Amino acid sequence: MGKHKTPMLDELEKGPWPSFVSDIKQQVENGKHVLKEAPDDLLGVMELSYEDRVTHWKHGGIVGVFGYGGGIIGRYCDQPTNFPGVAHFHTVRVNQPSSKYYTTKFLGDLLDLWEKHGSGLTNMHGSTGDIVFLGTTTDHLEPLFFEMTHELNQDLGGSGSNLRTPECCLGKSRCQYACYDTQEVCHQLTNEYQDELHRPAFPYKFKFKFDGCPNGCVASIARSDMSVIGTWRDDIRIDQKAVAAYVNGEIKPNAGAHSGRDWGKFDIQKEVIALCPTNCMCYDGKTLEINNRECTRCMHCLNVMPQALRVGVDQGASVLFGAKAPILEGAQMSTLTVPFIPMEPPYDELKDLIEKVWDWWMEEGKNRERLGELIQRKSFQEFLRVLELDPDPRMVDEPRSNPYIFWKEEEVEGGWTRDIEAYRAKHQR
Amino acid sequence: MPYDPSDPLKDRITDIGPRYYAEFMPPVIQNNKGKWLYHDILEPGVLMHKAESGDEVYTVRVGGCRLMSVEHLREICQIADKHCDGYLRFTTRNNIEFMVDSKAKVQPLVDDLKSRKFPAGSNKFPIGGTGAGVTNIVHTQGWAHCHTPAIDASGVVKAVMDGIYDEFGHMRLPAPVRVSLACCLNMCGAVHCSDIAILGIHRKPPMIDTDWIDKLCELPLAIAACPTGAIKPAKSEKGQKTLEVNAERCMFCGNCYTMCAAMPLADEDGSGIAILVGGKLSNRISKPKFSKVVIPFIPNEPPRWDTTVAAVKNILDVYAADARKYERLGEWAERIGWERFFEKTNIPFTHHLIDDYRFAYTTWRQSTQFKF
Repeated sequence: MGKHKTPMLDELEKGPWPSFVSDIKQQVENGKHVLKEAPDDLLGVMELSYEDRVTHWKHGGIVGVFGYGGGIIGRYCDQPTNFPGVAHFHTVRVNQPSSKYYTTKFLGDLLDLWEKHGSGLTNMHGSTGDIVFLGTTTDHLEPLFFEMTHELNQDLGGSGSNLRTPECCLGKSRCQYACYDTQEVCHQLTNEYQDELHRPAFPYKFKFKFDGCPNGCVASIARSDMSVIGTWRDDIRIDQKAVAAYVNGEIKPNAGAHSGRDWGKFDIQKEVIALCPTNCMCYDGKTLEINNRECTRCMHCLNVMPQALRVGVDQGASVLFGAKAPILEGAQMSTLTVPFIPMEPPYDELKDLIEKVWDWWMEEGKNRERLGELIQRKSFQEFLRVLELDPDPRMVDEPRSNPYIFWKEEEVEGGWTRDIEAYRAKHQR
Repeated sequence: MPYDPSDPLKDRITDIGPRYYAEFMPPVIQNNKGKWLYHDILEPGVLMHKAESGDEVYTVRVGGCRLMSVEHLREICQIADKHCDGYLRFTTRNNIEFMVDSKAKVQPLVDDLKSRKFPAGSNKFPIGGTGAGVTNIVHTQGWAHCHTPAIDASGVVKAVMDGIYDEFGHMRLPAPVRVSLACCLNMCGAVHCSDIAILGIHRKPPMIDTDWIDKLCELPLAIAACPTGAIKPAKSEKGQKTLEVNAERCMFCGNCYTMCAAMPLADEDGSGIAILVGGKLSNRISKPKFSKVVIPFIPNEPPRWDTTVAAVKNILDVYAADARKYERLGEWAERIGWERFFEKTNIPFTHHLIDDYRFAYTTWRQSTQFKF
């Protein structure tokens, strides 16, 4: 039995979905965490918020570990006397391994460390992908960091105006669609840019995310300043026998993803050919043909018939820039900037691109201006000049409809310097 | 050497990054990386991936709370030790995946997971979240840990997932439905491209803590933080340096409060939930889309947020009954037209839903093509 009465939170112990309230209560009862009061007082302060219908957390102060400007987020309760266990309740972001695979040994070691230095509560995982240790006091931060680096060979993630912890989908580890090794590039770039990740030097946050294919399981196109999305340039590989097996009902379409409802017999014309956004496919009852040159690699046909169709073998990625949530200028998705880039270690071409982007953004970006907003303010053309990329119709949905072109002087014959007297010699006032 | 508080920088190790992922991949994953042929969803929440080598890996996906205790994680480790040779993974959407290397090992694992419940009755490890169904809700911190939220996160998610629980364990929707929650406009969990987004919003302009603002804040930063230029310098009656908010220009983004703790705006009546729908981020068939606001405000209703749960369920049910196979929620709304969306879902269309911010014009209809 906890020390606070929590009748409202208790309502959230009902129902079939896992109850975080029940889970925190089991930590209160059985947990070996060092900050004894923390889970109990967290329930207490949340109950108070449920009564008051507002939060009881304050802005964080400057807390962290020596030499780093990120990785720890300070947090204080605005009712410290009533809830002393969470009066100081800082968050520790721990950089997750690529694709979030764990051995129970390593996860157990992390849990031991956290019991020793915190509240016994976590987020698995935070929105950016980190393992989040939820709630500790300032005096535990240095010992925690010391033991994590020395004993677990493990570092903190990012926070504040720096590179945020990069994140990837599970990629080639367990997916046939992945067009590059998302895990490896995520790991290598995280290590390459440790300084940018730990020491804030940017105008605002910067996120990399790595999706292995255009299905986009890690949502890079919506939530990363640089979205790297796997793609291919050659032909979709077709196994005609397997196509026939789908048509004849011998293989379940969609890898079974729609099997919970009777949608009728699989109809390749209606479900694949007619839904292709570029109409680049046809099937005559015997052979499936794809006009690959017209394909925009939307993934639909591959998702419907994964045993018959495979992505091409000339693989790499498209790089898009500038996605962000609405704060401030409105939500943005990333804009296609490099249609194709090879994705083999050591990823020099990608690193070169990243560094050009950062140099420009650090020079031109205003305080708290995301890259996507800077591109809008300075123009996409300017962004291309900085990256030394040629304009390409693939970068736009359509050409501009207004004719207000910012011509450069060097583009105009004879330049802009003219003689008004010479003009007047031909044209009277 | 243990940590020495008198000399914290001694033997310091920094900038070593995360552990190398390959240490943590089960052998069947390690051996077949990059050589997977195809996958099959055997039943909701159970996947089989087939490799060129003939190897198969079976994955059982279970929903997890993002806010998770060490005790719960220990139990997850015990399960992985018992069934999965000590390996597991988490997904981007806070699900947990237990992997085994033969079909024979699946049923004992499934039975074990289904048998585990919290004392009050909720399932510890619901199986599902695959294919054309609802998967786990990604969300933010809310009242559990954040200073800017308009709503709680974990509690709303729990209530909504209870309400649409059946769709987590089934694959009977026209297409996958991604539900996301962000407890304020900062969207540390981006929800702007979700099929259904639950978003915390404020509706009262910030208050000014006049006696403290000049001590707590850099006033020019707070002024510059306002995207609509609604904040200007002022003098209080006592002659203190302070700020003034032009309430009519405030769009309640809370950016000023992020910069200045003396400008709180959360309020028991002012803050609540907006519902957005129709976003997607896969490139499948149609391009990625933003979510659109369809319900401008629902009050905070702890502990079970009944109106919000009912609103999500209503949208999901109408979509499920009306959309064609493969149509994502946004594709369905565009095909039938937004006028039909509001008609079919019986959601009132109010002036709040017409854009008047930066790119407003691009969302107005410049055509005589509409439906009566």
